[in-house]
Amino acid sequence: MQHTMKRFDEELIKLKEHVLSMGGLVERAIKNSTKSILEHDEKRALRTIERDHAINAMEVECDDMTRDILVRRQPAAGDLRFVLAVIKVVTDLERMGDLAAGIAQGMIRGAEHPPQDFSNLDAISEKVQRQVHRALDALARGDVDLALVVIEKDDGIDRLYKRMYRELLTYMMEDPRSISASFILSNVAKNLERISAHATNIAEMVIYIEKGHDIRHVDHEAAARMLASDEKDD
Amino acid sequence: MNPQNKEQAEIKIAVKNLNFFYGDKQALFDNTLDIVANKATAFIGPSGCGKSTHIRCYNRMFNLYKGHRGEGEILFDGQNILNPDVSELELRHRVGMIFQKPTPFPMTVYDNIAYGLKLHGNYSDSELDGRVEKALQDGALWNEVKDSLHKPGTALSGGQQQRLCIARAIAVQPEVILMDEPCSALDPIATSKIEELIDELKKKFTIVIVTHSMQQAARVSDFTAYFYLGKLMEYGDTNAIFTSPQRQETEDYITGRFG
Repeated sequence: MQHTMKRFDEELIKLKEHVLSMGGLVERAIKNSTKSILEHDEKRALRTIERDHAINAMEVECDDMTRDILVRRQPAAGDLRFVLAVIKVVTDLERMGDLAAGIAQGMIRGAEHPPQDFSNLDAISEKVQRQVHRALDALARGDVDLALVVIEKDDGIDRLYKRMYRELLTYMMEDPRSISASFILSNVAKNLERISAHATNIAEMVIYIEKGHDIRHVDHEAAARMLASDEKDD
Repeated sequence: MNPQNKEQAEIKIAVKNLNFFYGDKQALFDNTLDIVANKATAFIGPSGCGKSTHIRCYNRMFNLYKGHRGEGEILFDGQNILNPDVSELELRHRVGMIFQKPTPFPMTVYDNIAYGLKLHGNYSDSELDGRVEKALQDGALWNEVKDSLHKPGTALSGGQQQRLCIARAIAVQPEVILMDEPCSALDPIATSKIEELIDELKKKFTIVIVTHSMQQAARVSDFTAYFYLGKLMEYGDTNAIFTSPQRQETEDYITGRFG
């Protein structure tokens, strides 16, 4: 239902659009940063680092918007949860942008001796990008089921990262010359794993917005119980 | 309907299936709720939703008008105060009320407070002085009026008049204080003083406040009840009502999506 005050509706819509376009920039940064490594494309890496400033600027703009809404509208209930969640989501997005820029920096640092074997970096990156896309999609549509998918799939990303880390260790032991490249690659994978964790935070916020439950720091079963006990009369 | 954690709390007023009629027109429908002792409970809802009608049953204010009648039970420490056998004088001694517009009597500040005391008991002059001072102190007004106790109460500012009315109400040591829009005629500073006072008064009294300001309900109350069309729609912990209400109707009202 619409607010009696139309202007307030417009402000909330604008805020949501802003967060989602910030999310769009972050998605692109993740894609370009891994691509720069896989394709040994230094220009692309530099461009990704450069564009991180735009993401940071959007975080500040979002914070301005949420602050104005808090001061002027004193939102309550669902509106309040949305605004609170946005404050946290933009912090996650900003960190995700930094992590993507870090991946691009890894490409530049290793440009002299690029890795010969990328292990399953390609697969991890693709899965992480899908996680981020799902989290933002869930936010856009208020889709609790999709948010739950993101939370469930995060463990799989962790496992992939650990497997890749062990694999890189064996390369380093076999051939000390590969140490520096493997080290960079392992950092890149670590950044991707962190990005997925931030996507999970966003998914948790989607559940907070839609259902009012704080499922951070609880296990899957407890979260499922909280959501099952929910019987909002519509 | 019960607020959460009410099991541990002392219930001051238990309302059971309260129905109220203005002549032929039914204004309240089966309201059932418990008012917790020494807490502030806020009633919110759009105009005409029955929140004032409901609160006015607690001291049988409606008895002033012909054809107004309440049915059901309002148990005040176990006694149904809707029963005509319960004396109105006694009841209003136990349940004080503050109205939207300050209603000082056309007499001095001192006499405004002393009036109720004289009605309910025999006090020596010095006892009376002591009680008047105590009431004005508890009403957070003493420092402002101690040098003008014998000036007319109507000469005070609106906010001071309202605190005078609160002091007058608490002078007779009621158990419950009903407030019907106590701040709607006051500026923000006078409003904050009243809200601060409510916080203090909770320690000694049980407060029920009707307010049109959602922010005020959020600021001062421990429990919030949402009324709509004479029905109690949702009742619970104020934090829960204002962050995650259970009913869509409550959500629509407190987020300003109403009508």
